[in-house]
This record gives sequence, C-alpha cells and structure tokens, in this order.
Amino acid sequence: MTTVNAPKSNTKVNKLGLEKAVYKGLESTLCNGCGHDSISARIIDACFDLGIRSEFIAKFSGIGCSSKSPAYFLSRSHGFNSLHGRMPSVATGAMVANRELTGIGVSGDGDTGSIGFGQFKHAIRRNAPMVYIIENNGVYGLTKGQFSATSDVGQELKHAGINELPPIDLCLEAIVADCGFVARSFAGDPKQVTTLLKAALSFKGTAVLDIISPCVTFNDKDESTKSYSWGKAHNEHVIDATFVPYFEEIIVDYAPGEAKEVELHDGSKIVLKKLDRAHDATDRMAAIKLLEEAKHKQQFITGLIYINQSRADLREQEHLPETPLVHLPAAKLRPSKDSLVKLMEGMK
Amino acid sequence: MTIAETQPNPARTKAGEPVVNDFSITIATKNGSGSQTANATLLRALFKMGIPVSGKNLFPSNIQGLPTWYTIRASKEGFIARRQRAEVLVAMNKATVLDDVQKLESGGVCVYSDSLGYTPNRDDITFYKIPAGKLADASGLAGKLRGYAENMAYVGVLIYLLGIDLEEVKAALTWQFKGKAKAIEPNIKTINAAIDWAKETLTKNDSFKVERMNNTGGLIMIDGNTAAALGAIYGGVSFVAWYPITPATSLADALNFYLPSLRTDPENKTPTYSVVQAEDELAALGMVLGAGWAGARSMTSTSGPGISLMSEFAGYGYFAEIPAVIWDIQRMGPSTGLPTRVSQGDVLPTYFLGHGDTKNVILLPGSVKECFEFGWRAFDLAERLQTPVFILSDLDIGMNQWMSEPFDYPEGEMDRGKVLTKEDLERLGGKWARYRDVDGDGIGWRTLPGTDHPMAAYFTRGTGHTEMATYSERPEDWEKNMERLGRKFETARKLAPAPVEDRVEGAEIGLIGYGSTDPAIIEARSRLAAKGVKTSYLRLRALPLSESVESFIRAHDRVYVVELNTDAQVAQLVRLDAPELAGRVFPLNHNDGLPLTARWIVEALEKMEA
Repeated sequence: MTTVNAPKSNTKVNKLGLEKAVYKGLESTLCNGCGHDSISARIIDACFDLGIRSEFIAKFSGIGCSSKSPAYFLSRSHGFNSLHGRMPSVATGAMVANRELTGIGVSGDGDTGSIGFGQFKHAIRRNAPMVYIIENNGVYGLTKGQFSATSDVGQELKHAGINELPPIDLCLEAIVADCGFVARSFAGDPKQVTTLLKAALSFKGTAVLDIISPCVTFNDKDESTKSYSWGKAHNEHVIDATFVPYFEEIIVDYAPGEAKEVELHDGSKIVLKKLDRAHDATDRMAAIKLLEEAKHKQQFITGLIYINQSRADLREQEHLPETPLVHLPAAKLRPSKDSLVKLMEGMK
Repeated sequence: MTIAETQPNPARTKAGEPVVNDFSITIATKNGSGSQTANATLLRALFKMGIPVSGKNLFPSNIQGLPTWYTIRASKEGFIARRQRAEVLVAMNKATVLDDVQKLESGGVCVYSDSLGYTPNRDDITFYKIPAGKLADASGLAGKLRGYAENMAYVGVLIYLLGIDLEEVKAALTWQFKGKAKAIEPNIKTINAAIDWAKETLTKNDSFKVERMNNTGGLIMIDGNTAAALGAIYGGVSFVAWYPITPATSLADALNFYLPSLRTDPENKTPTYSVVQAEDELAALGMVLGAGWAGARSMTSTSGPGISLMSEFAGYGYFAEIPAVIWDIQRMGPSTGLPTRVSQGDVLPTYFLGHGDTKNVILLPGSVKECFEFGWRAFDLAERLQTPVFILSDLDIGMNQWMSEPFDYPEGEMDRGKVLTKEDLERLGGKWARYRDVDGDGIGWRTLPGTDHPMAAYFTRGTGHTEMATYSERPEDWEKNMERLGRKFETARKLAPAPVEDRVEGAEIGLIGYGSTDPAIIEARSRLAAKGVKTSYLRLRALPLSESVESFIRAHDRVYVVELNTDAQVAQLVRLDAPELAGRVFPLNHNDGLPLTARWIVEALEKMEA
C-alpha cells in the first residue's frame, strides 16, 4: 500500500491556516505504483494550494479501481461511491440540491467510455457543475484485465488477446457534447495535473480532465517477467488469484511544445505531446482537429485542449435561488392552505 | 342462477319506465379525432348536475387512427367503478361499430354517425342515426378543426336524448377551454345545431335519462396523476428528475404546470424547486438519490419498465439508506406490454426491487385523495426512514377523472428525519456513526454534505460497511447491518399508513384489496349484501403489511385477495407473511387490461364459494 498524502514533515499551511494533512484521505488499497494514487495526491495538492474548505466539497465516483480513490483524499468531504457508470447523475442531483457544494467526480475509462457513456455525455450537455476526472488506464482493472473502450487498436492483454476496435477519445467526445473545459494529462506529470486540476476546480460547469493513468498490474504481457502469469509461476506462496508486483511510480517532466516518449510498466511506450502556447484553446474546431490528428499519430495531446466559459451551467439554467434548495425552510417549500383551498374551488 | 344475474338490470326494465341516473355511456371514436374535449365536457356537465359519475378513457398505444373508447358511468347510488357493459353507445368509428353494438346491453341505445355506413343489426336496441358531419358545418370551422367539431354533434344529440342541462354543458366547456371564447364559440354553435336538428328529427324511443341531483356538492373532479403532483408540491418537493413514459408522464406534466404558480418564492421570484428531464430512468433515479443524499425532498415518476431500469439504484438507495420518492403508475405487462392498459403487476417486483436482500416500503393509494395525501406523506416517510419509498398508483387512478372530496391540507410539521447539524456535532464532540442504531428503531443519524464541521463527512457506498460507514468485508459487520435494516423495516411497518377496515359482524368472508379496485369492491360488497352474503373488507394502503392483516384473516373463514394481476401477487405476499394462515387466503385476481368491475368480482367470488 502507498499513502497518497503528503509527507508528515510538511508543516506548511495554506491560506486557511490548514496543514496539507487535513486534506488527506484513508490509506489507498490500490496497487503500488498505481497512477490513480498520484492523481489523488494531486487533488490533495490542488485543494490545499487553493485553500478550499473540504467540508464544502462532495466527492463522487462510479465503480472500478478509479472509483475507489475518493476514499483516499479529502476525508473531510462527503463521498458518494455510486454505481458503475452512474456517477454523473448522482453528482448532478446533489449539485442542484446544494449550490454551495463543489463537486469532484472520479471515474474510469470503463465507467465513462462504456457503461456510463450516456451519462457522461448528458452531464456535459447539461453543464452539470463538477470536475469530471477520468482516470484512464485503457483496461478494466478491478475485473482483472478486459479491454475498455479507450484501449488502443492492437493492444495486447493476456486474457483478452489483441484489441481490434478503435478507441473512444473521451476528450473528443466531451468537446462534441459542448463541454466548456476539456483537458488531458498524464498521472505521472504532477505539475501539469495539479495545474489543470486547479483550473478545473475554478471552472463553472462541467470540467473534463482525462488523465492517462497506467495500470501496473493488468496492462502487461505473458512473456514479460512483470506479467501476472510469470509472477504466479514464480511465487509458490500465492494462493489468491491476484498477484501484484511492485513498481515504481512513473514521473515525467517536460516542457510545453515538446514530445516525450514514456515507457510504461510493461515496456510499451506512449508519446505525450504537450500543447504549445500557439494552440488556441478557445477554438473548438481547432481542438477537434488537434485531437483527430494526434489520434492518427498515436500521440496523447496533454494540456488544456478546449475552453468555453460562455455556457450557463445547470444551476443557472434552473434559476436556482440563492439559498441552496436543501436549506429552504418549510415555509418556502409548502404553499399556503389558502392556495390549496383556491385550487380545490377551481376543480369543483 | 348467479348472484349477478339476479341483479335488477336497469336496461331490462319495461319500456316506458324511465331509467334515471343509472347507466353507462360508451363513446367509440378514433384516436386523435379530438373527442377528449367532448367526452370530458359531457362528464363534467353530468357532475355539475349533481349526479355521481366516473369517466374512463380506454385508449390504444397510438397517436392517431386506432380505436379508442370513453366510458361515462352515471350512478345515483354513487358507484363509480367501470361497468362491464354500457347501455348507451355513441358509435363514431366505422372499424368497431359492429363489435361495439354487439357489446351493448339489451334494451340499450345506439347513437351512430351516418358516415359509418352502418345498418342497424339488433332489434333489442334503439338506434338514432345522426348526420355528424353536416351538423359540424354549424361550427364555421374548416379542415381538422371541423373534424373535431363533429364530436360536439353527439354532445348535442345526447343533451336532447338524455335531458342533460345545456347550461351545465356550457359551463363545462368554459372550464375545459379556460374561458377562451374563440375556442368555446364554434363548439356551442355545433351543439345548438345538433339540439335543434334532434328536436325536429328524432323521436325519443328509449327510457334513459338524467335528472338533476344533489350528490356531488362540494366535490372536485381530478385525475390521480395531477393529485399526486399537487401532493408532492404541498409536500415540499424540491428536486424532480424524470423520463417520459406512459402512463406516468402526466404526473411530471402536472408538476411542471403547477410548480411555477405554487412554488415561486414571492420575495425574490425564484423557483424553490428544480425539475430535470433525465436521459433515462437510471439517470432519473441517480439524480434523485444524489439530491436526496444532499438533503433535498427528491422524487421521480415512472412506470413498470422504468422501475426495472431503476432496480440497481433502488437497491443501492435501500442499502446506503438514502431518502427518495418514486411513483410507479402501473401499466400492463413486462416491457411494452399493453402500455395504455391498467394492471397491478408491479407490486412484488417493486417490493423486492434491488439485488441482494431488499424489501421496499410501498404506499398503495386507493383514490385520487390518497394520491394527494401520499404525495406529501411519502417525503416524511422517506426522510424519517432514510430509504426509497415507492408509491404504486396505476393507469386507472392516474389518468382517469375521479370525483373526490377536496384534498385536506397536510397535517402537522414536515418530518425531515434524523439529520445532525453542525451544532449537534459540536455538542457531540464530533462523535457519531452514520449507521449506528442509537434509538433502537434501526434508523441511524445522517449528516448532509456541506455541514461545516470537520467530523461531519462520511463515505456513502454500496459496498459492505461498518457503523462508521467505512469499507468492511467482515462477516459480523454485514450481518449486524442487515439485522439493523430488518429492525428499520419493522419501524416502517408501524409508520406506514394502516389499512382501512370494515369488519362486518358475522361475515365469514373477508376481502382484501388495494389501489384502483376499491370502487369495484365497494359495489360488489353492496350487491353481495343485497343477496345476504356478508363480507368484511380490508383495504391495504402500504407494504410492509400491517400487523392488523393477520388479525383480519383470523377473524374470517375465507379471505379473498382482489387484485389486477395474473400472479396473485399480494395474495402470495399475504401468505408469505402469515404462513400459518395461508390456507384461508385465496386469490381473486383478474388481468385483462381493463379497470375491474363489480360484476366480475361477484361472479368470481361466487365461483370460488361454490
């Protein structure tokens, strides 16, 4: 197990006078080296740096490895670990019910790209106010290694074989659904993830953050010494079906405009292309073109891909009162007795 | 001879002896022909004349062209269940006229349009042929609207034949069109033309007529879905998510219609609610649970297929203990089934809805008045019990027009349930556990997100959990939690609306019913009593079953459970709850898509008793 919060020696306080430890969560039960834990740590960093009151954050997730992670950050925030793919609807209801809450939704690629694809698109369409983080590892981890809708063509998994279906690009889908904040990053790029998270937390409406987050356990190959079958064959003490090898977390740091080849745990490589400053993130067509081109080059574009702050968010569309719906007193919620008498008269 | 056959049939009375305020009218038209206004006008006019009435729309799942029937029952005795056969037929549909005439009571009346090309083929029926198309010319309308006006031609002819008060018809039309003269005028013209034509042309040869009574004074007329929506509004609903489905759509429509006028804050002109049309029923209940978890009074409305889609979320809501109100306006069959026909087929699936062990709290309104009452009461129950509360109405109650006493204003304060505030947490020194049974009723205390205290937060999950809401796979934690949920269910048994009982001294037979079958059961009991067959009656208003059900069964030799489904669902549940009394419980179930009739109950009971 790894602890995702900051080291204890850090006694720095933020603008609220709180130590970073206040923003931590429980110990993670994800595999050692999992990119999801890095993301949790970045959420802690971002909320600490921004001086957010975690009592006014609500955490949401679906089902899967990614969706376990809200337990591992912001222990002072209410959390709602919902159903597979249904995180967006739960968050939507809660965000409308209490306008004082900031929503952080954590989802995976199976959650978002398959079973919850409809909810993903519709939450964006409504512009439900929330940060929507996809911890994207291109594989179903918790059910032990099936392809997800974001798996690459030609990707090979032990049980699943070779993937022949084209991946769904969730950033592209978000832009097509009129999302006003679309960004992509890599879990092992702390600086960029934190920066984008801070921006997303400040955004009004749905902010989609697709974070490539390598699976250390199931995105592997039979012949590899790091594979599941190799580990099982070489460890006689393993009685459970799950053998989890230990890996170091991958950290990258590279400059805007640079392309960076990153070696993943199983030896495969991904190319991250950090957006240079010439990209106009307010140009929707340019953003779509950029993502399409990157797909053909098998690159991941990282950074803020698209931003449009002109759409009203769901709370504005609903003309919600200043006082959160959940705090309205009974006198505001129950019409008068006279009004009922009048209504009844009209039906006689 | 059966009990039913010995009942005096008003249609078979001697010629010349008038049958007053005691017959059914069936109006056979085509879907989309605009007959709804004409039929609702007739119904309201009779109601305004003080005659107890009910109106039922028997319609196909179709926008235009398929046969549709509207039945109006006038009953001086106040019986408002559907009758198996009508005495008066208005035949406006060529496709069904032969069959429609065949279904008439002997001695009945048939008013038919000359456009049907129909030649009368029964000699025990009085026929009146009317030039509906020609009479509609008087409306001055053209095209489609003129077609609609043809419906007013039969209204005019019925006014003449049955003696309906023209002034009440005008009042009803004004009500229908909310006073818009431009819409009312052409209809009045057609009606007047039809009355004049009928006076000149027709000779009344039948015995059916209406006369003013004083039996509807102070009553309102409303459909159950509108009543439910109003109940929710007076119950303080603040979040609604829904997805269109027949026959529940009109409930959401009514919310959208009444919320702006009733629930706009006069101080700042902002709504005190939010209504979101979801992308499907899964999302609808997801949003409702999210809002309920956050502390809003939150609801959705749907029908059977939607209930199925909500299954996983419903089980989650039960296990994670989140308040929600879910209306199921039941319709016939699985999947599409017969989407515009009535059934009570969702009782057992909804009771156990979820996966793993679930038993849901269900309210069973038996009238439009109870739709209103349960509309607000359900929120109190859901927040008190911290669980999804289902309300099983059906198409008959939900979409048809019913007479009712005016609704009573909700009694007492709203019950917002066990919620710990910031101040409570300060008093407790931050020590609390979300799922701990501190009061012995199985219900823990919850906090709402946004509570400004460092110890307020907890993690809501569908996974196994401890009292502190932390993840646990320990066998003892699981069992302890399920035991507590069992205790909570017993609390629900006490808090849910109790059955309404009418125990009759010396009755060997007990009837158990629920929902829209109530009027038919009331009428059947009256018919049986007239033959000397005494029956007691227990009308269920909620699940879990009240403890009084068992004592009711013990007090009778034979108990029949009357319901509209094929699997005798509540009969099964009653037997399951009281296995030692199962031998006394018999199903009396029927499921043909139509509202139940007293005649069916009487005949079926007699067969069982034989």
